[in-house]
Amino acid sequence: MTRALILLRRRLIGSVFVLLIVVIGTFLLLEAAPGDAVDAYIVSTGGDAGMIELLRHRWGLDQSALTRLANYLWALLHLDLGQSVTFSGPIRDVILERLPNTLLLMGSATALSFGLGSALGIYAGARPGSFRDRFLSIGSLALYAVPGFWLALVLIIIFAVDLRWFPIGGIESIASGKTGLDRAADIARHLILPVSALGFIYLALYLRMMRAGMAEVWRQDFVLAARAKGLSRRRIVLAHVARNALLPLVTMLGLQSAQMLGGSVVIESVFSVPGLGRLAQEAVAARDTPLLLGIILVSAVLVIAINLLVDIAYAFLDPRVGASEASA
Amino acid sequence: MSPLRRFLLAPEAIAGAIILVALFAMALTASLFFPGDPQAIAGPALLPPFQDWSLPLGTDRLGRDVLAELFHGARTSLVVGLAAAAAALAVGAIVGTLAGFAGGLVDEVLMRITDAFQTVPSFLLALAFVSVVGPSLGVVVTAIALGAWTGPARVARAEVLSIRERDFVAGARVIGMHPLEIAFREVLPNALPAVLALSSVIVAAAILTEAALSFLGLGDPNRVTWGGMIAEGRAVLRTAPFLSIIPGVALVLTVLGVYLAGEGVVETTAVRRSLS
Repeated sequence: MTRALILLRRRLIGSVFVLLIVVIGTFLLLEAAPGDAVDAYIVSTGGDAGMIELLRHRWGLDQSALTRLANYLWALLHLDLGQSVTFSGPIRDVILERLPNTLLLMGSATALSFGLGSALGIYAGARPGSFRDRFLSIGSLALYAVPGFWLALVLIIIFAVDLRWFPIGGIESIASGKTGLDRAADIARHLILPVSALGFIYLALYLRMMRAGMAEVWRQDFVLAARAKGLSRRRIVLAHVARNALLPLVTMLGLQSAQMLGGSVVIESVFSVPGLGRLAQEAVAARDTPLLLGIILVSAVLVIAINLLVDIAYAFLDPRVGASEASA
Repeated sequence: MSPLRRFLLAPEAIAGAIILVALFAMALTASLFFPGDPQAIAGPALLPPFQDWSLPLGTDRLGRDVLAELFHGARTSLVVGLAAAAAALAVGAIVGTLAGFAGGLVDEVLMRITDAFQTVPSFLLALAFVSVVGPSLGVVVTAIALGAWTGPARVARAEVLSIRERDFVAGARVIGMHPLEIAFREVLPNALPAVLALSSVIVAAAILTEAALSFLGLGDPNRVTWGGMIAEGRAVLRTAPFLSIIPGVALVLTVLGVYLAGEGVVETTAVRRSLS
């Protein structure tokens, strides 16, 4: 337990610096954007030059860049991301409302790509160099080459337009009045296509990593020992080779989370899933830069949190991790 | 066996090379076969493919020639993919070399910046950058490179960390070379093969990112892009799915070609052997 705590503390300190750099980056982008919050406000409400002057002063926008950065940081410390003009409300609330849908989509897609990818990777890596190994490697590479938004459209053409098996978009049927399990089933039906589109693209990554990892493990002495003991091939593959090759994939889960968040922008846009990604696209369409940067900040926090969780999980899974770090 | 010979013996690598040659041919001959504006109206709207041999792949919603758009789109995909990857590799190699060679505080600061860039989803970063600065070819290239330089930086740093301990670096110090000169003239060239091994993955990712940006309407509005064509086709997805499918297939083949050829090159040259 102490190992994990020490690791956690070190990572947290590093994360604070990283987050600070991200904040300064978003602040610079905000500064570079044409117009400021007052311009955006005036466009929606109207007002004369005196009003603009007054608002600039009141919102502290007439101060130096450094003071404004300090104000920005101070507001962020109070979890205040500013106001969204398009949604006429606090950005924090707009984002929090959309976040659960994205987490649900990302979580399911990750489970799909990790689960199916590592299973197929084990299947391919059990017989390195065989036909099925080559077929799966090339097949997964082809899948990795598919743009997410296009796969989404193809799935819509086949399964929503032609076969009519699944709804074309949205997160649940509008005003269906469903509750409890019925509602959960309804949401699941809506999510099958977006989760497949997002999950299948990243499947190749886990498959190839699992396969490569198994190829490494096959060469090690304990596999030879297991063979000499007369264990069945199945048991060697599952209990010895696959198990040891699985560990690096866990780290990949954390590294991949940023990619998945980026990928969910187009997937959510195509399927009209009201999540963070679609919100980002709406922010771009409405030229709502503060909202867009708020989304970036929240994504960064999310990615950091996921990576922390993965690190902790890894420390528990692999007793070697942290043993040297704790003593150092 | 020579590397070229081994490359030619791998069927996947040959397939990749053929796709890439075809793609370059399309990009180079776009103005030759389809002079004039590819966005000009060429025939009746929504003509299906293989009906009229002067318009082999049919026309879109506004009656534009799909084949002409496909050729000109190949140009955009290639230009953006190659330029963004070149920028990302250059920036990554320089940052990684500086961090690895200088060590200490410089290393710490540069690597935290790298972490920060890796923490922000690169597609969101590209989206924000293009929407703030405004879409044009150069901005799109910069936006994609912004999210792609971190991988090369990490690889370059790791290589430099081991190279800087070698004897020839100590020798360069002894003869009084300036540290920056050692870093960029002695160390960086030796770290480069490992960094360049990433290029196919980065080019492929850049092409996909460009397509996704154009799909969301953030591509250069004055150029034909495959992502933009797919977005156009989306409006008539039920009646004319070919308009979305054709440019999508072109994208998949392109990216796959880049992957396969890249893998072939890495596997058949000495890069992988020197890595292990």
